[in-house]
Amino acid sequence: MQLQLRGITKRFGDLVANDDISVTFEPGQIHALLGENGAGKSTLMNVLYGLLQPDAGQIVVDGEPLVFHSPAGAIAAGIGMVHQHFMLVPVFTVAENVELGAESVGPFGFLKTADAARAVERVSAEYRLAVDPNAVVEDLPVGIQQRVEIVKALTREAQCLILDEPTAVLTPQETDELLSIVRGLRDAGKTIVLITHKLREVREAADVITVIRRGRVVAESVSPQTSEVELASLMVGREVSLVVDKPSLEVGEPVLRVNQLSVYDTLDRAIVDDVSFDVRAGEVLCIAGVQGNGQSELVEALVGLHDRSEGRIDLGEKRIDGLSTKGILDLGVGYVPEDREHDGLVGSFSLAHNMVLDTIGESPWSRRGVINYGLINENGQNLIEQYDVRATNAQVAASTLSGGNKQKVVLAREMSRSLRLLIASQPTRGLDVGSIEFVHRQIIQARQSGVGVIVVSTELDEVYALADRILVMYAGRIAGVVTPDVGRDDLGLLMAGATTS
Amino acid sequence: MSEPITPSTGLSGSKTEDTLHPGTEPPDSLTGELRRRVLSINLAVTLLAFVLALAIGAVLIAASAPSVIESLGYFFARPFDTFAAVFNSVYSAYSALFQGALLDVNELREGDVSAAFYPLSETFTVSAPLILAGLAVAIPFRAGLFNIGAQGQMAFAAIGGGLVGFGLSLPAGVHLLASLAAAMVFGALWAGLVGLLKAKTGAHEVITTIMLNYIAIYLLGWVLNQDWFQREGRNDPISPILNESATFPLIFGGGLRIHFGILFSIGAVIVVWWMMTKTTTGFRIQTVGANAAAARTAGMNVGRIWIVAMLWAGAMAGLAVSMNVNGTDKVVTAGIVGNIGFDAITVALLGRGSPFGVLAAGLLIGGLRAGGLAMQASTGTPIDIVLVLQALIVLFIAAPALVRAVFRLRGKTADSLTIAKGWGS
Repeated sequence: MQLQLRGITKRFGDLVANDDISVTFEPGQIHALLGENGAGKSTLMNVLYGLLQPDAGQIVVDGEPLVFHSPAGAIAAGIGMVHQHFMLVPVFTVAENVELGAESVGPFGFLKTADAARAVERVSAEYRLAVDPNAVVEDLPVGIQQRVEIVKALTREAQCLILDEPTAVLTPQETDELLSIVRGLRDAGKTIVLITHKLREVREAADVITVIRRGRVVAESVSPQTSEVELASLMVGREVSLVVDKPSLEVGEPVLRVNQLSVYDTLDRAIVDDVSFDVRAGEVLCIAGVQGNGQSELVEALVGLHDRSEGRIDLGEKRIDGLSTKGILDLGVGYVPEDREHDGLVGSFSLAHNMVLDTIGESPWSRRGVINYGLINENGQNLIEQYDVRATNAQVAASTLSGGNKQKVVLAREMSRSLRLLIASQPTRGLDVGSIEFVHRQIIQARQSGVGVIVVSTELDEVYALADRILVMYAGRIAGVVTPDVGRDDLGLLMAGATTS
Repeated sequence: MSEPITPSTGLSGSKTEDTLHPGTEPPDSLTGELRRRVLSINLAVTLLAFVLALAIGAVLIAASAPSVIESLGYFFARPFDTFAAVFNSVYSAYSALFQGALLDVNELREGDVSAAFYPLSETFTVSAPLILAGLAVAIPFRAGLFNIGAQGQMAFAAIGGGLVGFGLSLPAGVHLLASLAAAMVFGALWAGLVGLLKAKTGAHEVITTIMLNYIAIYLLGWVLNQDWFQREGRNDPISPILNESATFPLIFGGGLRIHFGILFSIGAVIVVWWMMTKTTTGFRIQTVGANAAAARTAGMNVGRIWIVAMLWAGAMAGLAVSMNVNGTDKVVTAGIVGNIGFDAITVALLGRGSPFGVLAAGLLIGGLRAGGLAMQASTGTPIDIVLVLQALIVLFIAAPALVRAVFRLRGKTADSLTIAKGWGS
């Protein structure tokens, strides 16, 4: 099925999200749609899937212009979508999930789930997806859940499959498997649209690349042989350096020692299980792992945000387990939380106020409980200039900033104190290439000044760019501690649970 | 450095924040416009809710007026009679309501200034405790807590304020302040308990305040039957009369009930405003209310801030009941709190949680109450209509979409609500 978008324009108020976008997706091709967050890829796909109506332009399927008023129209036309966040009911079986929304009923209104199960088996066998129709979805690993989404689309006779950031939640191995499945689908003549901002995958899997920037197509029919640096420049619109310049440095004494740390959930299950490691001054320790293997809880325990932990943590010569978060931060720990919207910033507060969230009770911001707002605003203004936060001034509400600028505000706040240890959890998740570059430079700068740094990341590119040592976590335990010269495959195996021999 | 606005991904209501880049356009354009519009809609909604409530109230007044019902009997013969009756009943009721709240025009014409200003004096007298109790709801509200317990906090505070008021003999002025302080401390303890329970055990404040309301109200009833609290020679639940030295002096006297308590009320609004906007306590309260997770991550002790906010609330509730104990009633009875602790929720909502908003809302509700009595006396329209108005105002404020729909204000469009989440952002 050939799918054509002709001159699609979509506005939200003054904002032009898609500006006259034309692109053709051919059958038997994997077509990558590459762009930064906020470039307009998603709006375009929402238009294509009938979730949004374009202000101008048309959608042409096999030469015939169609109008989709809802996803049902798009599905009927043979377009299937695999969302970034799966649209599955966790307690249902695969077959039940697949029939959901298109249930067929027999006499007396009984569901014909067996038919759905047979359809799953048929599709699964045809494209070698290995999905068990009777498995309950919540028991399945994330990679398989994603295949259920693919199966769901295929059982509805999708000729064109749109995959939205499909590898965001996958391990490197799962990513490879997914890409090979996608290649199989292409060889079977399906039209594949791959939406992503990951350059490596694009180069590996795509047959043709279209780059979108600020709502416009800035490059079409780009060959996958194009270098990563070139692709990144197209995405961002200027030269970017993908490699962080990381001068070698003598590492110092350990600043953080973690001894037999365990963290429990409310059901007394160990989320972090007997973990010991240390971080030295002037080194970046990356904690790698697939999301949900205890990294978040480990970091929370380090900064005193988790009250169900045991073990010993020393910062320098001071024991810090059991201290309050405030006590730990005051000892020179900077903390960039994983979820900056939720934990890092107060959206309704101005940038200046957000910059002093953790030091408001201290001189000079306040004396005897009375706040000096003049100084705070001045400080905010200085910091947004110093950290290149794109905002009119320090008085705008934090919620109005883009993700990258929000992260700069958090970094500015944490790094404006004098630090011994910087803990950054998923510091670049969801950021555009330009912001990632900035954040990485800041982290390396902290390392150069002799601060011990912990970076929690699920992105291998980030781990390789920053780490002096890599600690891999799997199921709450340390699967291994390796140096960055370890190969991607070996690192992937560790993340999947293999232990170092 | 100016780069164009980055196009948005799924622009669903709350998601807009990810997609707008302020500082990339001249100031005052997109973000400025958006914020200004949101703020103005909120203020507009508040005012329009009031207008809408008056309109519905007018329907009820007309429907229950005998003259209207009578004229309906011959509607087809002389329809104009019905319209005139509707207009007259609504007009006379509302003008009685407003005159009863502000200024008695007839008395003014006759030159009796004191009687002319009687309505305004009543409005301030009724408003004084409402404003303070409104603060008792508004302060925790800013910390993200819903204090349903002003009623109980006031009841408990009445015990403390009353004991000091009639039990001690102190010089005038000092005695009053001591009685007020006792009420504030008692109120703060009762409210602080809620904060403590929430901080230590996670008990939800709505549940605990409701339960503590019952306990405080029955405790007050029990205390009023004890020898050390009940007035000598009385069998009904009533305390001794407060010593003169522990009561608020009247401001004008001469039949006007307005007393110096109203100045404490306005003073408290200013103090709370200062606390909320100029001190670290206020900053922390607002941080916790806006985003408790971020407050915790920044090292704030969220539980302690909850307790502090509740202590402030209880002190305000204590001061509120003192307006009655030391001002209008000069005695503690089982009904000393009236319904003020619950009306306070209306006041705080109407005032959108800001101290000066609470002041305005307290005066408005107080005016409606004072005017309602006058309206009932002069036109026979039941005072219940005022309660209906009050309830309608809260209803419309709680459902701004309803008001927007009625007045066709621009708000979130349906378009922006139907977009799937999770698109690459």
